[in-house]
Amino acid sequence: MSNVSKEHREPLIRMVKRDSISQQKQWMIRAIGLLGALLTGALVILALGQNPIAVYKDMVVGALGTPTVRRETIKIAVPLLITSIGISFAFKMQFWNIGAEGQILMGAIFAGYFAFFHSDWPKVLLVIVMLAAGMIGGGIYGLIPALFKAKWGTNETLFTLMLNYIALAFVKYLQNGPWKDPRTQFPKMSMLDDNARLTKVLGVHWGWILALVLVVLSYIYFTKTKQGYEIAVVGESNNTARYAGINVSKVFIRTMLLSGAMAGIAGMLQVAGSDFTITENTAGGVGFTAITVAWLAKMNSFGMLIVAVFIAVLERGSNKIQTTFKIPASAAEVLTGIILFFMLGCEFFINYKLIVRRRKEAEHESAN
Amino acid sequence: MGNHVEHAIEMHGITKTFGKVVANHNVNLQLRKGEILALLGENGSGKTTLMNMLSGIYFPDCGTIKIQGKEVTIRSPKDAFELGIGMIHQHFKLVDVFSAAENIVLGLDGGVHIDRKAVNQKVKEIGERYGFEIDPTKKIYNMAVSEKQTVEILKVLYRGAEILILDEPTAVLTPQETDKLFAVLRNMKEDGKSIIIITHKLHEVLSISDRVAILRKGEYIGTVNTAKTNQQQLTEMMVGRAVSLEIDRPKVELGEEMLKVVDLTCLNADKIKALDDVNFSAYGGEILGIAGIAGSGQKELCEAIAGLYPVAGGSILYRREVDGHPVMENIVGQPVDTIYRKGISMAFVPEDRLGMGLVASMDMVDNVMLRSYKRNPGIFVDRKKPKALSEKLIGELEIVTPGVSTPVRRLSGGNVQKVLLGREIAYGPNVLVVAYPVRGLDINSSYKIYELLNEQKKRGVAVIFVGEDLDVLLEISDRILVLCGGRVSGIVKPEETTKEEIGLMMIKVAEKTKEVNA
Repeated sequence: MSNVSKEHREPLIRMVKRDSISQQKQWMIRAIGLLGALLTGALVILALGQNPIAVYKDMVVGALGTPTVRRETIKIAVPLLITSIGISFAFKMQFWNIGAEGQILMGAIFAGYFAFFHSDWPKVLLVIVMLAAGMIGGGIYGLIPALFKAKWGTNETLFTLMLNYIALAFVKYLQNGPWKDPRTQFPKMSMLDDNARLTKVLGVHWGWILALVLVVLSYIYFTKTKQGYEIAVVGESNNTARYAGINVSKVFIRTMLLSGAMAGIAGMLQVAGSDFTITENTAGGVGFTAITVAWLAKMNSFGMLIVAVFIAVLERGSNKIQTTFKIPASAAEVLTGIILFFMLGCEFFINYKLIVRRRKEAEHESAN
Repeated sequence: MGNHVEHAIEMHGITKTFGKVVANHNVNLQLRKGEILALLGENGSGKTTLMNMLSGIYFPDCGTIKIQGKEVTIRSPKDAFELGIGMIHQHFKLVDVFSAAENIVLGLDGGVHIDRKAVNQKVKEIGERYGFEIDPTKKIYNMAVSEKQTVEILKVLYRGAEILILDEPTAVLTPQETDKLFAVLRNMKEDGKSIIIITHKLHEVLSISDRVAILRKGEYIGTVNTAKTNQQQLTEMMVGRAVSLEIDRPKVELGEEMLKVVDLTCLNADKIKALDDVNFSAYGGEILGIAGIAGSGQKELCEAIAGLYPVAGGSILYRREVDGHPVMENIVGQPVDTIYRKGISMAFVPEDRLGMGLVASMDMVDNVMLRSYKRNPGIFVDRKKPKALSEKLIGELEIVTPGVSTPVRRLSGGNVQKVLLGREIAYGPNVLVVAYPVRGLDINSSYKIYELLNEQKKRGVAVIFVGEDLDVLLEISDRILVLCGGRVSGIVKPEETTKEEIGLMMIKVAEKTKEVNA
């Protein structure tokens, strides 16, 4: 090997796509990623003049330490989980629904109508109607972009995004006008009547049970039903779907109806189980965070359960450290961001491996 | 190096693995200066992988590469360029909206300004030197496939490549275009260029190359002088055993009229007639070959027959039984679903296997049930029967796959086609339409496919075979329908015609109806 040309050495590090990777190794990489995130976050905390261990401990305790905070954490996780499931319906057929935010609000408004104006109905009936109305509201709002895409091939990403702003503006209009609380001068809606509020089961509104049921149902829907199979085929190739005799437009419309309805449920639960009113923060970014959840979980329903809880813990924990350590909200969000960034980064190392230049050649090179 | 023969490339002990798959194992390859070396091997034998390591796309796990006698490490396509290696890939990598010249200089060092005049001049010069016909200012989207290939070749020549690697360059060319390309390659050889041509067409290997290197299943089998070999020997080295190169045409009694196409007219997206007044019938127990220049309406015809293409006029009649009596049912205007439900059993193997016939990321079970999942009642899919069928197909059609749950995109081209064709014939069709069923397949798989089609013919199926290789069509078909510019220019019997005559029919009507295609 005397005539190794210097300008064409093997690269120091190169990446190679992995063929397959064991579950064990995958979780190892994720664990390392989490550790890396915590170490990086620790630097940020140190820069703020705090003790990282104390801050992290407070985060965990603040999110999971007592039954009260655990309930709060679950309350954050429920709408996130249900919305993620909804989004995964659309994403599996490569329909980029980033309008969950608007669909949540529409679900909230539809459910809110009955909560505000028919609170005298029997509780069971009222809540069922509210749930149905939430699904219809979110569903219709998801249906609109699907109809346009099926008919005229419009771009669903822009369409659903724009619908978010319309929904938000609509909430503001209701706040200022028809649904304004007459007892106050501020543009806000009144609080829900007790009759319209959701019953608690084990300290949290029953939405958590519904969320768990939806996890199982959606899993079955995707893996065992014809409709779930059709979504997967359409997602892969419209041409193949056409060839298989699948009505692509019909699948778009049906699936977006389901996707939107799911977000609508989240909106209804938020109104009737958590906020007890509708504000422009009812969706509060859940529709966007849910995209992260769905991707991190690779559209797997059970994965979304884990990720949604994880993100809820982060959110709750970062709220806690703000008050305990007087860490600014933005710094707490930076911590959350670092952790998510590392978690997403793990996916790269799960799909690719890096090969470092072999030592023999390295030695040879140093001998030169 | 005490070698008196000068080598442009010497690869020694090259191994490359992808995960568990060994694409190349301990491969040795030598390209002499100023020769044309054919790299021969079945699909999946590692030809392209080996060449990609020369062009800097892959990096070998171990082994050494010497270029012009000097050991090198090729890390990137840029390194390959610097070493004078240019590869022309099977799938062209050109920018559609750019002109030929713009594509050629794309990615080269230099200022912001392109001196188009100088580039055009140089491109023209290179073209003239080797016998290319090229208009440097022509946009890629206006080009035929063969012209695009010319641009790819010019691109590497412009960069001063001394070693050219062509990956299956003739796969997309007509016989005449192939002859032209070979003339150009010979000119390059005269000029001192060293050329590797990847192919699995034996007659081409024999006509163009000086030597032939053979790979089999990632292993290097040997190199032989073209002058001292023949098709039979090459096939044996490639496949590993003796293979008959005859295509069978079994005698079968002609059955009922299974499909009748009457005055069929279809418009494409630009409202131009893709099919114009097409009339023909297909009978049980025959293979009806369909010949024509690429884009003469073959795709539209297949899809229209399968009920997937909008029909502007005419009818497509299928034979089916109603209360024990045969009737001819017109499927025009009926959705695919309805057609199936009525019991019209037609099978279709489309040209785009992974983009239309199969779902690339799904496993074999999910793909096998693609056309039948609706048949069982209820809202749930039944994967038991498709799984059993998949296992049966793997055994019967010799499909090489790690298992029924491996995504089909991981399979080689031949195995993908076996999955697709296997599924289509599994449900006992009356009419079987296959579009370019052996395109990109190796000899072994191709003959397996011919065998399967003949089996269907014996079963009394009307087989419609859209092909591009006239030799094959002449051997396997009972009748050949020749398409030209969306019109039928004739239906002939192979025994009563010649390749030349069909060649003429392919272009004769085209001249008359040129305005339709323009």
